[in-house]
Amino acid sequence: MRHETFRKTTLSLTVVAAAAVLAACENPANMEAEQLGWRGVGMEQVTNRKLEEALRAANQMPEITPPVTPGGPRAGDLYENVQVLGDLTITEFNRLMTAVTAWVSPDEGCNYCHVPGDFASEDIYTKVVSRRMFEMTKTINQDWHAHVGDTGVTCYTCHQGKPVPEHIWFEERGGPPQAGGLAASRAGQNLAGPQVGLSSLPNDPFTPFLLGEEEIRVIPTTVLPEGTNPRNIMDTEWTYALMMHMSDGLGVNCTFCHNSRSFFSWDGSPPQRVTAWHGIRMTRELNQVYLDPLQPEYPDSQLGPHGDAPKANCATCHQGVHKPLYGANMLQHYPELMAVTRSGQDEDMRAEARDNGAGATIGSAAEEALEAARHAIDAMDEAAEMAEEDYADEEDGDDI
Amino acid sequence: MSMLSFEKKYRVRGGTLVGGDLFDFWVGPFYVGFFGVLTIFFSLLGTALLIWGAALGPTWNIWQINIEPPDLSYGLGLAPMREGGIWQLTTICAIGAFVSWALRQAEISRKLGMGYHIPIAFSVAVFAYIALVVIRPVLLGAWGHGFPYGILSHLDWVSNVGYQYLHFHYNPAHMLAVTFFFTTTLALSLHGALILSVTNPKKGEPVKTPEYEDTFFRDTIGYSIGALGIHRLGLFLALNAGFWSAVCIIISGPFWTRGWPEWWNWWLDLPIWS
Repeated sequence: MRHETFRKTTLSLTVVAAAAVLAACENPANMEAEQLGWRGVGMEQVTNRKLEEALRAANQMPEITPPVTPGGPRAGDLYENVQVLGDLTITEFNRLMTAVTAWVSPDEGCNYCHVPGDFASEDIYTKVVSRRMFEMTKTINQDWHAHVGDTGVTCYTCHQGKPVPEHIWFEERGGPPQAGGLAASRAGQNLAGPQVGLSSLPNDPFTPFLLGEEEIRVIPTTVLPEGTNPRNIMDTEWTYALMMHMSDGLGVNCTFCHNSRSFFSWDGSPPQRVTAWHGIRMTRELNQVYLDPLQPEYPDSQLGPHGDAPKANCATCHQGVHKPLYGANMLQHYPELMAVTRSGQDEDMRAEARDNGAGATIGSAAEEALEAARHAIDAMDEAAEMAEEDYADEEDGDDI
Repeated sequence: MSMLSFEKKYRVRGGTLVGGDLFDFWVGPFYVGFFGVLTIFFSLLGTALLIWGAALGPTWNIWQINIEPPDLSYGLGLAPMREGGIWQLTTICAIGAFVSWALRQAEISRKLGMGYHIPIAFSVAVFAYIALVVIRPVLLGAWGHGFPYGILSHLDWVSNVGYQYLHFHYNPAHMLAVTFFFTTTLALSLHGALILSVTNPKKGEPVKTPEYEDTFFRDTIGYSIGALGIHRLGLFLALNAGFWSAVCIIISGPFWTRGWPEWWNWWLDLPIWS
């Protein structure tokens, strides 16, 4: 009798477990595969038609605002305090304003960025921020052809109808402090990180790589260890975390840009890797020149837990798709965005970032964050060393 | 070839599955049987195909010879010989040879009047191979999903397929398989060390009995599984290693397209805390 109960319990538990496992899986009837490399190399992208449909539906180009006839007075001449859109004609200017409202603040309307009744007023932070965003968009489309090609970007690429783009990031600085000793800090890792493909790799690879200019490459270039490559396995985890983010943010796997037999080798890599390489540099510039320095403009509610400004990573534009909006060329319908005049200050900041290289324009807050990340790693090393010493002491004690 | 003194009593007629008495003979120490003939046929043909493929390829370097499966565009159809057809025929030959070998083992088991443990165990390895080159490709709809036949090239394939799912160590079946593989080697090393110890006593002392074996493990870890039990355990661990390896690759693609870390969201999303 007891035997019978045992069998029944085991059977029902097995059925429940099997059902749970099946429910966590996808339906094999929906699969489609694309070959990315030479046959037999295993460079493929397997996608689920159902998931793909949902993603496609969520990443459609919005309806195009009817174009306006060219000509007419300049907006800069007619309106007060038009700093970057002054070269647009009145009709172009109004078309762009209408479009931007639909892209960024469809529910909030004009007053999201303008003081009601006084459109020229600077007394609202969103206006200051959006002015920088126009300059940023121009920079992306004008200076980063290597990454965005002729497709370019518009406000909608990131915003998609939301005042704050869905995918942004803040500094983590090793995560909240915890218990003492080895458990004092989790060094910003060991929890499923939503920005790093839900792996337990370092949760914020953006501070070092997309704001700072830490070296991403970790693979040695010599066959034997010659002591010339200072990178260790912990550095590798940071690099992998960034790569997980890129994969997840673009909805692709590692073989989209790499032949994993040799990640660093450009010979075996698909051409997309070149685009991605430029994308990393582009994102750095956007964070260093545009997004991070806007920190003083934001109210506290818009800042991160460590008081830093919201910043961009790959997912900000890509939103889970390898080409934002599936490569739809939206920019061509809005020539107004290319008519933005970037301020002299903007030019200076960009020039400084490019001339000075590593970390030139990183704000002090970002430097602190970088320092904190390094600190957390050092602390772990130290704790491990101390634990080893303790262990050695104990062993000595045994001898006595 | 001379026969071992005890060998004669095992050379009994009958027990064949196919072919009756026709192939029921030995060549030297080797039993032939219908499936022995099939094994030889498929092995020779398959090897010849591989050599042909190598001859068509750019190198005779044994490490770099590579017989690739067809492009995905051929789907589940036949590809021209030079563009994956050789791989397809070789795969048929390999499965023919492996399955024949398993059935030959079954015939020998019948002759010896023992259970089918050996053919069943070998079948699990064959299943793992078939999972890679038939089951998963059929589920995904193209032979091109199979792995290439080459010493280095198949390793590249393994690496890339792993990276298709971002972090393969999060694949639950891979976790099980790896754990079973390691446990198999642990059990084998413990068992091997034990047997070497009891069969190599000090000079002048007799070989030790199973009681000594049991005592050793009861003293060290509090439990001895026993002389028979260790072989059952070994079989269980080894077969599970192979079985879960097959499962881990079958589910990668046909049943999951995203990164494996994401699969574990079912845990984070359990209604208990989410």
